Amino acid sequence: MNLIVKKQQISPNVTRLDVVAPRISQIRQPGQFIIVRAKENSERIPLTIADANPVCETITLVIQSVGRSTKELVSMNVGEFILDIVGPLGKPTELIKSGTAVCVGGGVGTAVVYPIACGLKSNGVKIISVIGGRSKEWVIFEEELSKLGEVVVCTDDGSYGKKGFVTEAIKELIEHGGIDIVYAVGPVPMMRAIAELTRGPKIKTIVSLNPIMVDGTGMCGGCRVKVGGKNKFACVDGPEFDGHLVDFNLLMDRLTTYRPYEQEALESHEEECKIGLGKSNPA
Amino acid sequence: MENIKKISAKEKLQINRQKMPEQSAAIRIHNFNEVNLGLPEHIAMIEAQRCLHCKEAKCITGCPVMINIPRFIKYLSEGDLAAAAESLLSDNALPAITGRVCPQETQCEMVCIRGLKGAPVAIGYLERYVADWYYNNMNKANPPHNPPSGCKVAIIGSGPAGLTAAGELARLGHEVTIYEALHQPGGVLVYGIPEFRLPKKIVAEEVNRLKLLGVKIECDVVIGRTYTLNELQERFDAVFIANGAGLPIFMDIPGENLKGVYSANEYLTRVNLMRAYKFPKSPTPVIKAKKVATIGGGNVAMDSARTAKRMGAEVSTIVYRRTKAEMPARAEEIHHAEEEGIKFEFLAAPIEIIGDDKNWVKALRCQRMKLGEPDTSSRRSPVPIPGSEFILECDVVIVAIGTRANPLLTTTCPELKVNKRGYIKVDENGMTNIQSVFAGGDIVRGAATVILAMGDGKKCARSIDKFVRGKKHSK
Ligand SMILES: Cc1cc2nc3c(=O)[nH]c(=O)nc-3n(C[C@H](O)[C@H](O)[C@H](O)COP(=O)(O)OP(=O)(O)OC[C@H]3O[C@@H](n4cnc5c(N)ncnc54)[C@H](O)[C@@H]3O)c2cc1C
Ligand SMILES: Cc1cc2nc3c(=O)[nH]c(=O)nc-3n(C[C@H](O)[C@H](O)[C@H](O)COP(=O)(O)OP(=O)(O)OC[C@H]3O[C@@H](n4cnc5c(N)ncnc54)[C@H](O)[C@@H]3O)c2cc1C
Ligand code: SF4
Ligand code: SF4
Ligand code: FES
Repeated sequence: MNLIVKKQQISPNVTRLDVVAPRISQIRQPGQFIIVRAKENSERIPLTIADANPVCETITLVIQSVGRSTKELVSMNVGEFILDIVGPLGKPTELIKSGTAVCVGGGVGTAVVYPIACGLKSNGVKIISVIGGRSKEWVIFEEELSKLGEVVVCTDDGSYGKKGFVTEAIKELIEHGGIDIVYAVGPVPMMRAIAELTRGPKIKTIVSLNPIMVDGTGMCGGCRVKVGGKNKFACVDGPEFDGHLVDFNLLMDRLTTYRPYEQEALESHEEECKIGLGKSNPA
Repeated sequence: MENIKKISAKEKLQINRQKMPEQSAAIRIHNFNEVNLGLPEHIAMIEAQRCLHCKEAKCITGCPVMINIPRFIKYLSEGDLAAAAESLLSDNALPAITGRVCPQETQCEMVCIRGLKGAPVAIGYLERYVADWYYNNMNKANPPHNPPSGCKVAIIGSGPAGLTAAGELARLGHEVTIYEALHQPGGVLVYGIPEFRLPKKIVAEEVNRLKLLGVKIECDVVIGRTYTLNELQERFDAVFIANGAGLPIFMDIPGENLKGVYSANEYLTRVNLMRAYKFPKSPTPVIKAKKVATIGGGNVAMDSARTAKRMGAEVSTIVYRRTKAEMPARAEEIHHAEEEGIKFEFLAAPIEIIGDDKNWVKALRCQRMKLGEPDTSSRRSPVPIPGSEFILECDVVIVAIGTRANPLLTTTCPELKVNKRGYIKVDENGMTNIQSVFAGGDIVRGAATVILAMGDGKKCARSIDKFVRGKKHSK
């Protein structure tokens, strides 16, 4: 049972929840995630540990509501309890010890790259963050990242920062030179595009993969991804891998496995909320 | 039980083995309720009369934990169910479970003397009968246990090995904490073995009984991640590792990453633990397929194929490399699967999973096999027949060819000695190379059985008891 102590809407469909999880708040490392089950009968879904406060014994979850389980979670309020949180899971990020790193965040991925940037900062690495969103109100974690170094913001419609995708900004940075490593988290097409950009100049690129997971302990194999021609279980061997070796097409394809079911689950959830069974607040 | 009369051995020999009442196949393929309904009282009494109470009871030697079978059956036949239950429970902590899932035909019942001529005593059915009676009729509050020892023991994993050890240790007076990675305790008993063979209510009862004994169960804790083994060693007087062998093996053939290919662990976990059979009320989905092909020949394959049938598959086929005679699954499971219309492709091995243009599973390309010379395991090994390929249409493939040791825990504790295949090495007391750390169940043996895991739990509990008391003494 994990108490929600803070809730904040940080973009039109992204919510930040601070949740009490004493042990995880103390030992989590950048790149690690948890699996939550909001209520009895809820699905188990993976979420990155975006931040933690070991003194207050809380962890920060940044959740983009895309379907039933994420909507259920963000409909919970301060004072309510999340039933199960297990973690920290996955391997911690391989952090470089010196030099310059580019941290790229697309959409909710920005919150996932934030703890990586924090880890790099404490190693004394120079950080350039490149973050993007559809338009101004979709850009998240700009303030947090700007405390760690330079931040380049890109919006698809040009309503804020540079107009265009993050890839444009990365291209310029690569041309400028001096980059030792790129950490990229965001939609799969974005990560694939960045890995393609850095492949030629041989800039090491680490991406965080988000396959569908169940247990998170290596027991089911549902999270398998192909890296360097070999199958890996993202929950225990990852979730971060060398972007130049990842089979992104396979990942994209496997993520569509439950499309028809997701819609059905969402409708059933909304029905329950309407008639008050879910007793959650669909605001 | 007033009219129980003594009958002669000769009369006993004339009684035939009683049948287990069960849901008919036509009905049960549409539900997840238990297939076997349990013996009615009068039938159980008749079956109990069949036991000859042999002086040198062979059946005991067939049971991996040496249950005193004639003793509990004798009490039962005398109508003293409380004594029967007490006798059974003093030998076996989870009789309601083993009575249901033990491969009796290769263990206790295989060597029962009555099997020499005719059918053996239905020991499993009787074990289940007595255990179920106990649950329904006995007051389970305040089970007896020793005074507190002041010693603390941590157990990793809540499968049959962990649960058994926890019960033993708590009764011996130790303070026990179980750490379980999943959100619900029970191990394979809850995520693997389906409801229709082992109702989850029974596992929940067992877990409650442990809680009454004072055992603490902390779910959502992954040892190797949330805490390391070394941290547990510091906080506890001893640690028992019983984390199973839950890493699924894939076949490494083309097409294994297509949509619609599951490991048996994933398929069964989605349906059992996450209750996908109630989808969308329960939000975890599993692909509803028309034609399912399950690869393998063990209990896991049988459970997967039968589960797929219940999830609405029109055709559910088992593809196995050898023949029915070599299948490692329990005889009862194979029999029930056949009744439920599960199809069998014997002497067939998949070589490719074929997908459609959207990468959904479409078919399985297989090769015919023949049985060659006996291999090292003295089983006749399958040999491919050249030019014998055939196509089996299917839209879901379930891979049930076995599991391996999960390295999550062991790799975070490099001092712990494991064998070539990653299983933890232990001595005859169940102790690992690290003093105060013990291990048992599938993580030591490789995928085995519930009763062997329980046997390990019990043995290790005794070793741990001795060890922690000795340690306390020398302090
Ligand atoms: C290691 C890891 C860390 C993650 N961290 C975060 C995080 O910090 N914040 C966050 O908002 N999300 C994160 N995700 C993704 C998150 O788990 C999924 O969005 C969530 O499971 C969707 O559940 P749902 O029922 O709400 O949506 P569903 O109904 O299951 O899906 C709706 C749609 O969302 C997309 N989707 C489904 N599953 C995923 C997935 N695993 N990844 C990406 N898209 C998916 C699909 O397009 C799908 O059609 C992470 C995933 C992984 C594997
Ligand atoms: C589908 C299926 C059907 C079967 N049918 C039968 C049958 O009919 N009869 C029979 O006798 N046997 C059967 N078996 C085999 C039997 O279930 C196993 O041999 C037995 O469960 C092993 O027990 P265990 O306690 O060693 O491990 P498990 O039951 O595997 O339990 C291990 C537990 O440890 C947890 N765990 C793992 N890693 C960690 C960690 N790092 N930290 C914390 N917790 C962890 C797991 O989540 C799990 O709950 C079947 C197995 C399967 C999969
Ligand atoms: S535990 Fe299993 S092998 Fe032993 S008597 Fe019971 S059913 Fe037979
Ligand atoms: S061998 Fe058979 S008949 Fe003899 S005691 Fe055991 S169960 Fe009874
Ligand atoms: S989520 Fe099951 S193995 Fe990774």
